[in-house]
Amino acid sequence: MARLSEENVARAHEMIARYPVPKSALIPLLHVAQEQDGYVANDAMEHIAELVGVTAAEVVGTCTFYEMFKRHPVGTYVLNICTNIACQLLGGEELLAHAEERLGIRAGATTDDKMFTIEDVECIAACTEAPCLQVNYRYYGRIDPDRLDQMIEELRAGTGIAAEIPVHGTLAQTLQHLPEGQGDDIIHPDLITEAPVWFRSDEPEEATTGGAA
Amino acid sequence: MSDDAAVTETEETEETEEAETEEATAEETVEEAPADPGVSVTINGAPVSAKPGELLIDAAERHGTYIPRFCYHPRMKPVGMCRMCLVEVDTGRGMSLQPSCMLPVSDGMVVETESPASKAAQDGVLEFLLINHPLDCPVCDKGGECPLQDQTMAYGPGESRFVEEKRHYEKPIPISETVYLDRERCILCDRCTRFAADVAGDALIHFQGRGSNTEVNTFPDHPFASYFSGNTVQICPVGALTAKPYRFKARPWDLEETNSTCTGCSVGCRITVQSSRDQVVRYQGVDIDPVNWGWLCDKGRFGFEALNSEDRLTDALTRNDNGDLVPVSWGNALGLAAAALRTARDSGRAENIAVIGGSRLTNEDAYAWTKFAKGILGTDNVDAQLGDGLDAEFLATLPRATIDEVCEPGGTVIWLGPDPREELPVLFLRMRHAVEEDKVKLIELSSAPTSLSTLASASVAYRPGEAAAVAQAIVTGDAAGAIDPTALESIRATIGDGPVRIVVGRPDQAESARSIEAAAFALSSLPGASFLPVLRRANVNGAIDMGLSPGRLPGRTSLEAGRANLDSTWTMTPGTPGKGTYEILLDAAFGKIDVLILLGADPAIDFGDKSLAIEALNGARTVIALDQFLTPSASLADVVLPVAGFAETTGTTTNIEGRVSALDQKVNAPGTARSDWMVAAELALRLGADLGLESVDQITDEIARVAPTHAGITAEAVKSANDGILTGTATGPIVAPAADEPTGDAGEFRILVRRTLYDYGTLVSQCPASAPLASTGSFVLSPADGERLGVTSGDTVTVTSAKGPLAGPVQIDDGITPGTILSWFNVAGTDGSYLIDVDGDYTAVSVEAGGDA
Repeated sequence: MARLSEENVARAHEMIARYPVPKSALIPLLHVAQEQDGYVANDAMEHIAELVGVTAAEVVGTCTFYEMFKRHPVGTYVLNICTNIACQLLGGEELLAHAEERLGIRAGATTDDKMFTIEDVECIAACTEAPCLQVNYRYYGRIDPDRLDQMIEELRAGTGIAAEIPVHGTLAQTLQHLPEGQGDDIIHPDLITEAPVWFRSDEPEEATTGGAA
Repeated sequence: MSDDAAVTETEETEETEEAETEEATAEETVEEAPADPGVSVTINGAPVSAKPGELLIDAAERHGTYIPRFCYHPRMKPVGMCRMCLVEVDTGRGMSLQPSCMLPVSDGMVVETESPASKAAQDGVLEFLLINHPLDCPVCDKGGECPLQDQTMAYGPGESRFVEEKRHYEKPIPISETVYLDRERCILCDRCTRFAADVAGDALIHFQGRGSNTEVNTFPDHPFASYFSGNTVQICPVGALTAKPYRFKARPWDLEETNSTCTGCSVGCRITVQSSRDQVVRYQGVDIDPVNWGWLCDKGRFGFEALNSEDRLTDALTRNDNGDLVPVSWGNALGLAAAALRTARDSGRAENIAVIGGSRLTNEDAYAWTKFAKGILGTDNVDAQLGDGLDAEFLATLPRATIDEVCEPGGTVIWLGPDPREELPVLFLRMRHAVEEDKVKLIELSSAPTSLSTLASASVAYRPGEAAAVAQAIVTGDAAGAIDPTALESIRATIGDGPVRIVVGRPDQAESARSIEAAAFALSSLPGASFLPVLRRANVNGAIDMGLSPGRLPGRTSLEAGRANLDSTWTMTPGTPGKGTYEILLDAAFGKIDVLILLGADPAIDFGDKSLAIEALNGARTVIALDQFLTPSASLADVVLPVAGFAETTGTTTNIEGRVSALDQKVNAPGTARSDWMVAAELALRLGADLGLESVDQITDEIARVAPTHAGITAEAVKSANDGILTGTATGPIVAPAADEPTGDAGEFRILVRRTLYDYGTLVSQCPASAPLASTGSFVLSPADGERLGVTSGDTVTVTSAKGPLAGPVQIDDGITPGTILSWFNVAGTDGSYLIDVDGDYTAVSVEAGGDA
């Protein structure tokens, strides 16, 4: 859709400055692009490539590695319905089928009013709450078809849970505001000479020799 | 039939191994590294000595044990991507499977490449790799030379247990003008993407997606427009990447091949020429350590298409009564040519015969033509360079550096020459590797940004004509307004006590040779200075060595010094130095040239002053052109003789370093075309003389005998040296160029006219794969000048020099030095060469907004 707005370019420069290597800012910048347009537009990726000094192919390579970066417009609310084993046993697939029926779209598609996108996802690590789903990556557990209908109604009407779910694309916003002074002492990796702190020292450590053989 | 250097080397190693007995391994080890015992490794029970830091896969291969691999390539960093090279390794903690391409050898390492576990790993990896591979080998170009096919046969399971649906993609998609990608065949080895990012620096293809949906692709609508894209086709271990010029042309087992050296430019990349049914169908890069490391540029790689062009000349042509060029017999054409030459010579005006060109020729052709022009016709008005090189005498006295010396790890290089990516592409790859991997410090003196600017530790911008002042400042430490004093200090600190390698050539066509020579001469007093002169034309170095230059004789000698070497083999040598191309063309334009011979030269589009060249071709009484095509210049000739091209003739060629390597014939020349040296010999006979040259090998041997720099470079020696043989180097002081102040008209701007890889020359336009890539030119201005003139990118400007006005589109680039304007030589559209004033050291122009482009 569009290149980054002037305001977002300013944010981009601020983010790039946090890293010793500009390319490291790629993922946060892709979040900015997604926040701006609701998905990561090709123009935005070209713009990011210019900002961090890599090719657009490298940006799209990073972007496509992550499912949560969307390369096409999605609905205001993305419903990730888990059909992995725990959820499946407790009705995850039925829940997905119900959502498809109710919204009139298949998993992976977006409703005509651009309100909802349904995704069939693998385990989202909330098996104790199975069957579970996420709306714009906020967790909701022990969902049955009635509860799902109610959630869809609330989201459409802007009531109930709509108040606690920001629109798609704003997930990473909170991560992008660093306290003053944090990151002031970053050093370019090429300039670091001593061994990383997690390296074992050369002094013999009796306790560790046992397991090696 | 091998796809790349890695496999070629393996075959050699295997052959060596076959010749030896098994128990020879231990003794062999001692022989190889007598001073350094190296790292002791046991491979399949045999103790071997590896080099410290060497990767296990290489050490094993060097000692005759080939470990199968797909992603590993000896000229790229390992990534351990394909897992095919898993072998059992014990480093003191018991046997475990490890990827041998990621594992440096260590003392006491025990390796089993053929143990049941290693074999099971190889078998399993292949089964996985084949899960999504379409096995469309019968319609795949790679079939027959495919590492996946070969290694599946050698190491893989006999059958697949995979019954599910394979991954499907659109087959194949173009990722550039020349390269097609079939994602179904791809095994995701990361070779092409690593090449693009790490070797060429054009990361335009990249892995996309994740897991089983990973694919290689470009960014939408950003094609893989790299000058080096063809290399990815060569190193692809499957048939995923194919090149348009070779698709469905031949089967590997039907190919005949021979080793030769690419003559697309003067770098001298070693190649394999492959032919089928007497037609060249492909070049593959050959890995030789001193030059190209297996890489080629696309212009060179796909340049063979010109050989097969329907526009090749097949018959001799002369003018009929209407003045049209019509086919005649060779006898008629040679008779006409000889008659014109005889008239000129016998009337005592041998100096009215001139020869231009010869840099397309082999050394043997060039020697024969020097011997004919200087030893039989008696003219010294002979020049292989078209005013775009450097003075032959100056070059002969420069202390030389090889490419390897320039790229020596940790060294210091001063670059005062053309943009290598545009003019000497594979040298750019070597320089890029030297800077990025081997920490070579590069100091660039340049009138405009080049592909090296981002690599250089210091880039000094100068205006055309002022190179010598910058060089002087670097040598003396006195900035004198030519250079920023802080930059100067850091450059001098970088140079330190040397040694300094200096790459010298013509950065742009509007800056004179003298200006560059003066700068190079100044730099020669830096500590340990040695030079790599980078003249761009294919075998221009060989042609100059052979004496195709005014005042020169074979072996980089002057007329006086060279005469003695030739006493017994030549009947005469010229008395006084003759004229170069510019003066010859001036004389011809004024009607003072009786016979002008063009040896594959096309001054009408390739000389700095095209209108002068055309006047000269019209003004000379008789023009004889030897060429493969009816070029704009040849079409103005009176006699056109078709000559054999690359791969149609044998001989030797000399690269920028002075490395002589063998060219080999693979196919027959079209029609009646013959080698250039035969034309010289035939014309000599018709003039009642005898060149005494009967075969190419005999000429090579005669050169070795008479040219001091070529002593020992006999036909036999050069044919058995795949790396080529370096010519002898100069002795004596460097000839100082005239120390005048730079000359040129006064003007607000100085114009730069640079070469680009895909220009509008005959060779590019005769290659279907390359022709669509030909650049359309534009002018480039600095932001300050753009603002002052009130123009932005895309606007039209009119640039006026003493040669007249030229209007064209303008781009704004902040790399451009204010007061200069960049343009391109011999391109479609805005061809800056029409503005060049070849008289001065630089060309002054005025620029104004607007005009009719």
